[in-house]
Amino acid sequence: MSQEQKSTVQTTGHVWDDDLREATNPLPNWWLWTFYITIIFAIVYWVLYPAWPIGKSFTKGMGNNISYTAKTVDGKEVQKSTHWNMRAKLMAEMNEAQAAQQKYVAKVAATPLADVPKDAELMQFVQSSGKTLFSDNCAACHQAGGQGKVGMAPNLVDDSWIYGGSYEKINETITNGRNGMMPAFHGVLTDEKITQVANYVLSLSGEPHNAEAAKAGDAIFHGEGGCLVCHGPDAKGNQDLGSANLTDKIWLWANVPAQSTPEGKLDEVRKVITAGVSRGKMPTWGGRLSAEQIKVLTVYVHDVLGGGK
Amino acid sequence: MSETGALYQKRIPIYTRSVKGKFRNFKTGVLILAFSIFFGLPWLPWHRSSAAAQALMFDLESRRFFIFDLVVYPQDIFWLALLLFIAAAFLFFVTGLVGRAWCGYFCFQTLWLDCFMFIEHFFQGERPARMRLAKQSWNAEKIMKVGGSHLVMLLVSFWTGFTFIAYFTYAPDFFINFFHGAAHPTAYFSVLTLTLTTYAAGGVAREQICTYICPYARFQSVMYEQDTLAPSYDLKRGEGAAGRVAPKAGIKTQEERQSKGHGDCIDCGFCVQVCPTGVDIRKGLQYQCISCGLCVDACNTIMDSLGWKRGLIRYDSERNVHSPAPAKPQLKWKNLKVIGYATALIVMSAALVYNIGTRSDAEVRISQVRQPLFIHLSDEKIRNRYEVHIVNKTEHDESYTIKVHGIPEDALNMGVEPNPMTIRAGKDRRVPVKVDLDEHLAEKTREFDFVIVAKSNPETPVVRSVHFNAEHQENDEHH
Repeated sequence: MSQEQKSTVQTTGHVWDDDLREATNPLPNWWLWTFYITIIFAIVYWVLYPAWPIGKSFTKGMGNNISYTAKTVDGKEVQKSTHWNMRAKLMAEMNEAQAAQQKYVAKVAATPLADVPKDAELMQFVQSSGKTLFSDNCAACHQAGGQGKVGMAPNLVDDSWIYGGSYEKINETITNGRNGMMPAFHGVLTDEKITQVANYVLSLSGEPHNAEAAKAGDAIFHGEGGCLVCHGPDAKGNQDLGSANLTDKIWLWANVPAQSTPEGKLDEVRKVITAGVSRGKMPTWGGRLSAEQIKVLTVYVHDVLGGGK
Repeated sequence: MSETGALYQKRIPIYTRSVKGKFRNFKTGVLILAFSIFFGLPWLPWHRSSAAAQALMFDLESRRFFIFDLVVYPQDIFWLALLLFIAAAFLFFVTGLVGRAWCGYFCFQTLWLDCFMFIEHFFQGERPARMRLAKQSWNAEKIMKVGGSHLVMLLVSFWTGFTFIAYFTYAPDFFINFFHGAAHPTAYFSVLTLTLTTYAAGGVAREQICTYICPYARFQSVMYEQDTLAPSYDLKRGEGAAGRVAPKAGIKTQEERQSKGHGDCIDCGFCVQVCPTGVDIRKGLQYQCISCGLCVDACNTIMDSLGWKRGLIRYDSERNVHSPAPAKPQLKWKNLKVIGYATALIVMSAALVYNIGTRSDAEVRISQVRQPLFIHLSDEKIRNRYEVHIVNKTEHDESYTIKVHGIPEDALNMGVEPNPMTIRAGKDRRVPVKVDLDEHLAEKTREFDFVIVAKSNPETPVVRSVHFNAEHQENDEHH
């Protein structure tokens, strides 16, 4: 570039170091207009939305209130109207979602429990809202897929039920909760006898066991131990009492399937007989969930998880 | 940078002169056809059983696109990808052959700008009248003429926006709701936005959209070949040895001009005046040129009136125009690029047509419930669970039967779900399905098929292969 070439850039006229000039290029008009529009936008925003802090308060915005229905701690519904804020917006949207769901909820309420799964539309509702209800309320113990956890909560996807797997029984279990327990036999039976009963229990479901000890255990089960009182003479359990079926391969408290050695399996069963069961508590959901929600959950457990009987 | 030192070039207003000729007729024809289709199609009724009776409707709410008898579901989204590929290949193919034919005749910007120029011509008159009007100060006449033309442009813009939104909803209802204030706020906002953008692009920004905003103009140079046809000025014939000159006494006839070394261009400027982007084609092909051919029409009109040969400005290839003895312009398609694009075009169009033609009437997806992977039942069977999702894509209610293949039929346990089940037209259903296998069979079974049979089409059932999970022997470390 030659020295003589004239610069066409507008300058302030300030020149230093011989050839350095201070330019005064104007801003492009489109840029300026965009800038002015953002200023106008900001002013409109200040009027409509919460914006300026004033002491411990702030400007609330005008003409932009949000109304919603909220529930107080004691369950009363109150109408609220407040300045625009994200929480109120969430509440209003929750109201809307509940209103949209109301159509199905009303239908669930009007349909007898056993007829809910016969209605294709309701079944789709059960599949989607049941999944949410289950994840929110049940999955903590019964796990996300309803498979339960040995030593904590029963498996809901198999067909073995401690308190019964009919619609009525599942509904009753959810509504009222359950309080399963088994007495500890420590001190009631000697260690040897407990081992014999444990061998008998393992023999019922075809697990490896000592045949001789099992025979002795059979006698204790039906005699001195009194196990048959709850588990029944055939050891198949009693759903009215919530006593387990000992003849199938499904375990809740003794984690027999996880043990690879016969000694390990025996030990698992011995522990349960010795210490009893005191953790079989299912909370009451009757006060926490609505009757319709429990109905949806019942059908979800019965037909979507699929183990219902 | 201009001499005044301003950073930005000021727009030089363009007042196009109207012209008659075959390219003008073609442009007008395309405009009428395109507007008839765009503005008319939302109002075309069509018999449907599962949605509103509209021939072309993009129903976002039910997530279905209705295109005459074809119903497009979200699962068919790759058709859109194919369609875009085809459109791109077609554009490149056409550009390789005849340059920016898209820009000149079919582009929305061109169509709406052309329409707006007609409106201006109608209200304000021919080019000299419009230039006079632009210069004169504001008075009743100017307000009436300029205001009138812009008002009509805005009305056309509004109807453009309204029509666009009408493609997404049932148009007759939308029409009534819109003018009763009962339409959705989104609809009003969209129509307003489209009205303003249409007016801004066609009525205000105009050719600046093509020259500054549209990227296509900028990469056209890589699309063009030496043999690509584009409006070209025959430099040799037009300029001669001594340059172009207006006819004066002594250089009027062709013979007189040629003897003095002047070419056939009489420097009337008609080709520049008709150009919608203000290009002087005599300076050669430029990025602003949208290949509309109006300069060809203009020059031919002049040549006809002089009784000279047509084609001083013509659709021709760069190679031919600059050759010592230009031959008749012709399409040259025998090069790798054009043939390559044509091949891609044919392959992808065939793929799209084949795919649309062979789409099944039922969309079936089966997902295995993996929590838990499998279930031990009390009778020592192994249970796997699946969610069978069936979408009825037909326009009639359909009855579907779920069967299994490769395992005993009675292994399928539908629970409370009916089998067969009815799914309404255009609706879907998620069915929880259980499969119970005896332990020894479960150990052996790794895969089996679900077969979904539609009652009205039992010959072509949908077959989906799925896995069966169990403690398979080789996977079990305890054995």
